[in-house]
Amino acid sequence: MIGLEIHCQLTKLNSKLFCTCKADYRGMEPNQNTCPVCMGFPGTLPRLNSDAIRKAAAIAMSLNCPPGERLAFFRKNYFYPDLPKNFQITQFDAFGQTSIGGGGTVQVDGRNIRITRIQLEEDPGRLSYEGGGDGRKTTLIDYNRAGTPLVEIVTEPDFESPQQARSFMNMLADTVENLGVADPYLDGAVRADGNVSVHGGNKVEIKNINSFHDLEKALHFEITRQNSLHDRGIPVAQETRHWDERRRITIPSRTKEAELDYRYFLEADIPWITLDAATISSIRESMPESILARQERYVRQYGMPPQVAGILVSDRFCCDLFERSHTPETAKTIANMITTDFMGMADTREKRTASKIIPEHLAGLAESVLSGKINRTLAKRILYDLARDGGDVRKMVQAASQEGADLEDVVRQVIQENPEAAEQARTNPQTVNYLVGMVMRKTGGGADPQKTIRIIQDALK
Amino acid sequence: MDLQASAASLAGMVRRGEISAEDLIAHTMERIEQTRGLNIFISTNQDAVRQAQEIDRAIKSGERVGRLAGIPVSIKDNICTGGHRTTCASRMLEDYMPPYDATVVRRLRDEGAIIVGKTNMDEFAMGLTTEFSAFGPTLNPLNPQFVPGGSSGGSAASVATSTSAISLGSDTGGSVRNPASFCGVVGFKPTYGMVSRYGLISYANSIEQIGPLGRTVRDVALAMEVISGPDINDDTTIRSAPTRFDAAHGNLDGKRVGLVRQMAPNDLDRGIRGALDGAVSKLESSGAVCEDVSLETVDYSVAAYYTITSTEAGSNLARYDNIRYGYDLDQEGYEFHRYLAKARSRFGPEVKRRIIAGGFVPSSGYAGRYFLKALKVKSRLTREVNDLFRKYDYLISPTVPVLPFRIGERIDDPVALFLVDINTVTANLTGKPAISVPCGESEGLPVGIQMMADSIKDAELLGAATVLEGQP
Repeated sequence: MIGLEIHCQLTKLNSKLFCTCKADYRGMEPNQNTCPVCMGFPGTLPRLNSDAIRKAAAIAMSLNCPPGERLAFFRKNYFYPDLPKNFQITQFDAFGQTSIGGGGTVQVDGRNIRITRIQLEEDPGRLSYEGGGDGRKTTLIDYNRAGTPLVEIVTEPDFESPQQARSFMNMLADTVENLGVADPYLDGAVRADGNVSVHGGNKVEIKNINSFHDLEKALHFEITRQNSLHDRGIPVAQETRHWDERRRITIPSRTKEAELDYRYFLEADIPWITLDAATISSIRESMPESILARQERYVRQYGMPPQVAGILVSDRFCCDLFERSHTPETAKTIANMITTDFMGMADTREKRTASKIIPEHLAGLAESVLSGKINRTLAKRILYDLARDGGDVRKMVQAASQEGADLEDVVRQVIQENPEAAEQARTNPQTVNYLVGMVMRKTGGGADPQKTIRIIQDALK
Repeated sequence: MDLQASAASLAGMVRRGEISAEDLIAHTMERIEQTRGLNIFISTNQDAVRQAQEIDRAIKSGERVGRLAGIPVSIKDNICTGGHRTTCASRMLEDYMPPYDATVVRRLRDEGAIIVGKTNMDEFAMGLTTEFSAFGPTLNPLNPQFVPGGSSGGSAASVATSTSAISLGSDTGGSVRNPASFCGVVGFKPTYGMVSRYGLISYANSIEQIGPLGRTVRDVALAMEVISGPDINDDTTIRSAPTRFDAAHGNLDGKRVGLVRQMAPNDLDRGIRGALDGAVSKLESSGAVCEDVSLETVDYSVAAYYTITSTEAGSNLARYDNIRYGYDLDQEGYEFHRYLAKARSRFGPEVKRRIIAGGFVPSSGYAGRYFLKALKVKSRLTREVNDLFRKYDYLISPTVPVLPFRIGERIDDPVALFLVDINTVTANLTGKPAISVPCGESEGLPVGIQMMADSIKDAELLGAATVLEGQP
């Protein structure tokens, strides 16, 4: 059984949760993004950022968790050097639901995952440890992050595999990106702790996981570790373990987080917040179409296979491309071009955003394919060139279809005239050069050798 | 120069050029020197006379000056004054220099008030005698062998000695009204949310308020006009609160006043009883109808009060780990929690006592027996008080059910000391406004009478309270 505890920073907010310092502290010198409020100076009071409430409520609604009508904040009391006030302002549901949301269910890989609760809280500062030459260790504190808005999402132990957990994280990252509340690709913006138990044994919490990839690895390791203990009849201790990125194992936490009593009580400096029906519907109206709703719409409206629609909606960049290029007639073709061709050649987010593709390219290509001007193979080739160098799609289609038609005719002729060489090239691709030479001779060396090879290979299939 | 004149009349004289602000402040600073033996101030403003000269210059050149131009004001030392030491009467913050002004301080300065100094108090406002100050006790100006009350003892003594015309204190369970009563001055605890707490160093933030002390109800009303009102830096301030506090002589025709039985027991000191009777006849002769009323939950109020305040204090004072600010203590060689224990050992005995209690009463396993039960008392008390205010306009009682006692007399018996709060904590636990007005004396010691009103009726309460000031 796997459960997740996820922390998502609302990096798209202008200011911290309780003061006017910046919510996105990245790239700043240590302790520059601070003020008397987020440093917990005597006499200061938290001043709630109401935009954070709206953004967190939007996340809750996207995860099918209806926001509570009356929200409150609580103090979680414990001493730690990264906490300027030595308590954290967070939410807590002990006295009825007063946190931003909870009790919803989302589907991931066909499985229902229950969301226990969603709460808004302040992030602590960051500690870094420096070992001195004399063997002494120094703790450095950077409060730039202290007080930045954080949404905590806790799931029930509903995941059956590390893979599902990772799918959930991908879905969540897509969701917050789609909502425009956070940039999930910033370092540390979306982090997850895992809870693992096997065969009804004790629950082990795994912290210090720095990527979705590592989350899957850490969960795998932990399940294997617990299973092997179980097989040998050794009980699993209830504990918190840290993921050691370098050694790729989980290790017991250095500091014993022994039975801390957080003495939760109401944060009286922040009055209760009422989320009335009007507020909720205004938040809902300001939310973009959810990823899931969009996927369903693509299937319903355009007859897209659910898988294609799923891939398409999962990437903000590609989905925007689709939205701005398709017509009802070209929708399916463009969806295929994006999900199979474009995402194949630009397989990372960085490559996609760096590509020169614009919606007009896809619209032009799709029309040309549908009108029979070029085939899918040729369209893919043009798409590749456009993605790399950009250009005028009409001219390229024109040129390519002419050149392609000419070249394909020549290739067909050469294959007909050289059946033995063609057969040889089929069994031994190395010998294709003979055919290429023949094409070159016929075109007076005008054909592009790379293209020629591709066309010959296609023709031989 | 008559330093004892009211702030309102002094302000008029300064504005009209009848006296200079410089003279007024210089005399006040002199008076502070003369009364140094009472230990009223923790620190004084060395720049006060120069600031007064600025006011005089502005008046001479016909510039508009604020309503408190040139008026000497003192501030309890748990309210932040930017660039001026703010200690909370604690060794933990002995040299702490706030980087900003509390909202109330900024509003006072904007109206031309001159802050003459920071007044002594019980450490972090925990106490009701001003004996728990790290800088020694304040003595009662009316009789130096007696305590001035607390925790805003320095503020009350300052107003009583005319070392300021108005003082700001803070009232968590009576900390403005109790010393006002013991020093024979007026002290007001506003409705929770009427005055911004931004810059008030928190002790029990869910119930405390900054409140003014003065020699007349009218001066207190004037201070309220300046310091009250919504503040963007304090989300708990009431947005729609009234901002006019006229304190005209109250006409109490048709008003109903409840005399809270539990706050005036049969064995009440005869002098206090006499003062209460006197107050009742003043109210009645102004047209009010007075009746005995019962507030049963008052019997549990002090226990609830200490449970809630300890819980909040434990949390509010957790930030004093000496890492971001504080006093000189090298962090080299300490593990975090060891350093914490060392640094925090500077808290005084009463603060330590409440932090320890505050770690216990809300802890898991005990919260149900203590903290949560205290919250129940608080909501039941609020319900009862709200019920009374449907029938009555004001509730009246002695501010403190005992006469001022001698320094050292009760310091070793915290529980007995706690019970002195019984008449004042209700206003804090229910968020209601309450005022203490001097109404005679007993055995040569002043007696204050407390009036309480419903939430947001602060202005009406101040108006009604002027009745108590008159001669019987």
